Parts: sequence; C-alpha cells; structure tokens
Amino acid sequence: MEENTLSSQPAAPGAIRTEEMLVNMGPQHPSTHGVLRLMLRTDGELVLETIPHIGYLHRCAEKIGENVTPVQFVPICDRLDYLAGMNNDHGYSLAVEKLCGLEVPERGHYIRVIMCELNRIASHLVSFGCYGMDIGAFTPFLYAFREREYILDLFEATCGARLTYNYLTIGGASLDLPEGFVDRLAWFLDYFEPKIDEYNNLLSYNYIFVKRTANVGVISVADAIAYGLTGPCLRGSGVKWDLRRCAPYEIYDRFEFDIPVGMPGGSNGIPPEVVVGDSWSRYYVRMLEMKQSVRILRQCLQQMPAGEFRAKVPRTLKLPAGEVYLEVEGVRGQLGFLVVGENKPIPRRVKIRGPSFCNLSIVPHVCRQVLLADVPAIVGSIDVVMGEVDR
Amino acid sequence: MTAQEVADILKQRFPVAVADAAVEGPHPCVAVTPEAWHEVAVFLRDDPRLAMNMLRCISGVDRHPEPQIDVVYELIAMRAPGGAARQEPRPPASAELWQNGGTIAIRVRLPRDNPRVRSVADVWPAADWLERETFDLLGVTFDGHPDPRRILCPDDWIGHPLRKDYEFPKEYQGIPAAAAPESDSSRVTK
Repeated sequence: MEENTLSSQPAAPGAIRTEEMLVNMGPQHPSTHGVLRLMLRTDGELVLETIPHIGYLHRCAEKIGENVTPVQFVPICDRLDYLAGMNNDHGYSLAVEKLCGLEVPERGHYIRVIMCELNRIASHLVSFGCYGMDIGAFTPFLYAFREREYILDLFEATCGARLTYNYLTIGGASLDLPEGFVDRLAWFLDYFEPKIDEYNNLLSYNYIFVKRTANVGVISVADAIAYGLTGPCLRGSGVKWDLRRCAPYEIYDRFEFDIPVGMPGGSNGIPPEVVVGDSWSRYYVRMLEMKQSVRILRQCLQQMPAGEFRAKVPRTLKLPAGEVYLEVEGVRGQLGFLVVGENKPIPRRVKIRGPSFCNLSIVPHVCRQVLLADVPAIVGSIDVVMGEVDR
Repeated sequence: MTAQEVADILKQRFPVAVADAAVEGPHPCVAVTPEAWHEVAVFLRDDPRLAMNMLRCISGVDRHPEPQIDVVYELIAMRAPGGAARQEPRPPASAELWQNGGTIAIRVRLPRDNPRVRSVADVWPAADWLERETFDLLGVTFDGHPDPRRILCPDDWIGHPLRKDYEFPKEYQGIPAAAAPESDSSRVTK
C-alpha cells in the first residue's frame, strides 16, 4: 500500500527531508586520473559545488629548473605530462633554442615532429581508453593499450625508454633514428588508421556512451577562452584554434592537416544528442586528431631528408641575459615555457604553463548543479594529467 | 597586430602608468605600474583594437638580490572568424580558423619585501588559479582575489619555495627532510 503511494504520487512538500552532504572524491580514485581530490557538496544525487584540491604530485619542477642546466632539465620535463614526454621536451628545447639563437638541422626538425605526433597519438589512446573505463566500458581500454604498445616499442627502439624519453633535447634529438624505423612507422600507420573508425563504432557512437556524455558539462566559447582552456577542450567548444596553424612553430607550416572542432549533432554521423562544447565533443575531437596526426606523420616520412640530427651545442651552454616565452601545441593544449637567462649556464627562472592546470581550473564552474555520475564524465573529458597540473 | 602597435596604444591611453615598453627581442613586454594594472587589464580586454581575451600565463620572477619581484602576464588576442572581437555566448561551430590577433606580455614590478598587486581574476577567470600559484610559490599578494589560498603546497607550509633566498625546511610535520641540496654552482656540469 505504502509502496504504491510512493511510486505514483510525488511526496508532499516537506515530507522527505534531505541534507547536504560533503563527499570526498579522490585523491586515490580511478576516475580522477592520478591524484586529484574533489570535494563535492551534494544534495542527494545532485552536486551543488565542486572544489578541486591539487598539489599531491607537486615536486616544484620550476625550482629544479633554476638549479640545473637546460640539458639537465630535459629529463625533468619528461615527468611533467608523463603521457607526452616528447612534447614537453620539445617545448622546453624550443624555448631554450630561441633564447640562445640555436639553429636545428633539417633532419632534426622532422625527427621532432615525428616524435611529437606519435606521442600525441599514444596519449590520445590512453585518454580514449581511460575515458571509456570512466563511463563503464572496459573493452576499449584494452584495444587502446594494444595500439599504444606499438608506439612505445618504436620509442624504445629509438631511445631506450618507453615513458620518460630524454630524447628530443636542446639542438635537435640526442640520437638518430634507428635502422628500420621508417619502415616500422609506415607499417604502423597503415595498420592503425583504419582502427580509428573501428573504435568510433565500438565506443564513440555507442548508445550508452552517448547518453552518458552528450550534453553533459557543456562549456561555452566565452567560458573556454576566459578560463584559458586550450587544446581539445577549447576545440571541443567549436573554436578552431591550434597553435600549429595559428602561430606556426617548428616546421608545421609545411604539412597539410585539418583542425577538428566540436560540431553540432545530427550531421556528419554525429549523434543527434550532441551539443557543441559537451563532454562527447571534447572526446571526439581527440579521436579525429589522431587521424590528422597520422596524416602529418605520412608527410614527414615522405619529406624527411638525411643528414645531421642535432646542432653543435657547446658543452657549457650559456644562457644570454634576457627572457623568452614560447608555447607549443602540446597534447592537452598550449604548453608554455618562460625561460629567463642571465649570462650563466643555469637560468634564473623557468616557468611552466601546463595546459592541464588551466583546463582543470574550469571544473568548479562546470561541475555545478550536475548529477554525481556526471562528474567523472566531465573530469575525464577534460583529460588532465596531474603530473603537469602539480608540476 | 604587432607588439609595437599594442605598446603604442597602451602608451597613448596610459601615458603615466606605462613605464617602459621593451618590444624588441624575443619577448615583447610592456611594464605597467602596480597601481594602474587593473585598469590597464580591463582596457586590454575590452578595447576593440586590442581585445586580449585570453590570459595564458602568470609568472613571478624573483630578482634577488635586487629588491624586486616581477609578475609577468602573457596575453593573446584570439579573433573569431568574421572579426567579432568579443564572442557571443555560444556561436555555432565554425569551419573557419580563428586568427591570432597579437600577443603581448605585461610586466608589473613589485617591491620584494611587500609584493602586492590588485587581482585580475575578475577580468580573466583564468587568473584565479594562476594568481594562487604565484602567491603560493613566490609570496605575491593579490588584493581582491576571490579565494586567496595556497594551491600546490599544503596550507601549513612555511615560506615560498621559488624565492631565491628560500631555506629548505629541516622537517615537515615531524618528518625529517632529506639532506639539503648543494649550492647552485656545484650542480652545474663543468
């Protein structure tokens, strides 16, 4: 009798009393991608407020940067965004080269682009696999890590390391590409490209996945820019902005590639529930970016010349007085380095602008008045790496 | 828009507050007095010619032994296709590339013994966390910040690690620290 009344009629106002509750999510939580702690003020299933607490992985990399030479600091850069070590090394090397006026040989440029784009694919694969797991789809994770393994094998053959490479360094790359690398990479590209469509069918257009992520955590263009969002998070909101095109560095102006952005649902095979700027759009931009990276890699293999791979760098590199700020399009967004030199081998200051740090700062703004189950869907779609947030 | 043009516009509008503009070299930078910084920031964002809508980075640079700390703000103007300076809340996804409308760095010089400057978190929300970081690691106080707490170090941490005269703690919460790092010069490869 009583059950019937509960299900058929709404409770009289005041009959059910609810209380706000603080829920602590993290720092050890599978959906927080590392050691992120979120304090959630909840009322039933509704999250009223989200307060992120960060710093669990803080090693003060910037202080280390002020105490070692640039060449010695490159291995530390690997450990910032540990899923995209190549891109970090690249950004720091470019900043130091700009300050010192070093010229990288032609082949060095191509090696760098190859490594950065391969690492972008590897990192997006982790993001794709883990995001599926956040939502409850375990299988894609296994496929993602299978493909990533091929890339890590290529890295291992090149420099001996699978995660913290110390390979791209001041002046170019520390070693030349190993024998057979070009053939192995060409094989991988042919193997990998069709797989992306397979994964889209497996996860991206999956009904449950779309229901969980479409129209969840929508970030407007104005908010994305105001909070300093960059990378796939910004492009997911429909802003066609990519430093590789908008402020070309390295040799990216020699390649043809598109910049994927979030598109409204209903066309181009995008599910009708999708809204520009939602979690699904941010996720899908990464899937499309992998295809563009494959395109860039193919062009690299065609154009790459033989020759020197590293400039002659003096054994004690003196950083001239002055400063330089340089941003590259990292995997998660714009990765910036401010290097201040003062006619000494060690810099006065190294400031690292980690894209995840700024991307994460929008979480309190977005995770308001959302369902508790949407919080992992939103945080996962932002794809933070805590090593870079905490530095 | 080049850094020189941005500097000229600023100099024309704020002849007193803009102390100097070093727009040559790899890092074009305009120095602004701390008192005027907030007003300049609003102008940088709202003036249709400049429209610096994204704050990319805030860096604090300790000039020790000079009694000075610099706070450097990196700004960029992202221009929507079609030339709209400020974006509507949610325009349709565009197939056109956004344009780089120019970059500029702003330097605010503060006294080292009491570095204080007005917060710009109300101008660019990105400044919220970036200013908290600068406070945490360098001890710069941002007046009017909505949430002036440490962000990376624990709340009970003593000192600001990126100060040049920072002393490494001997212990934290009863946990003894590892041996203090050697002096700077000994770590550099000869």
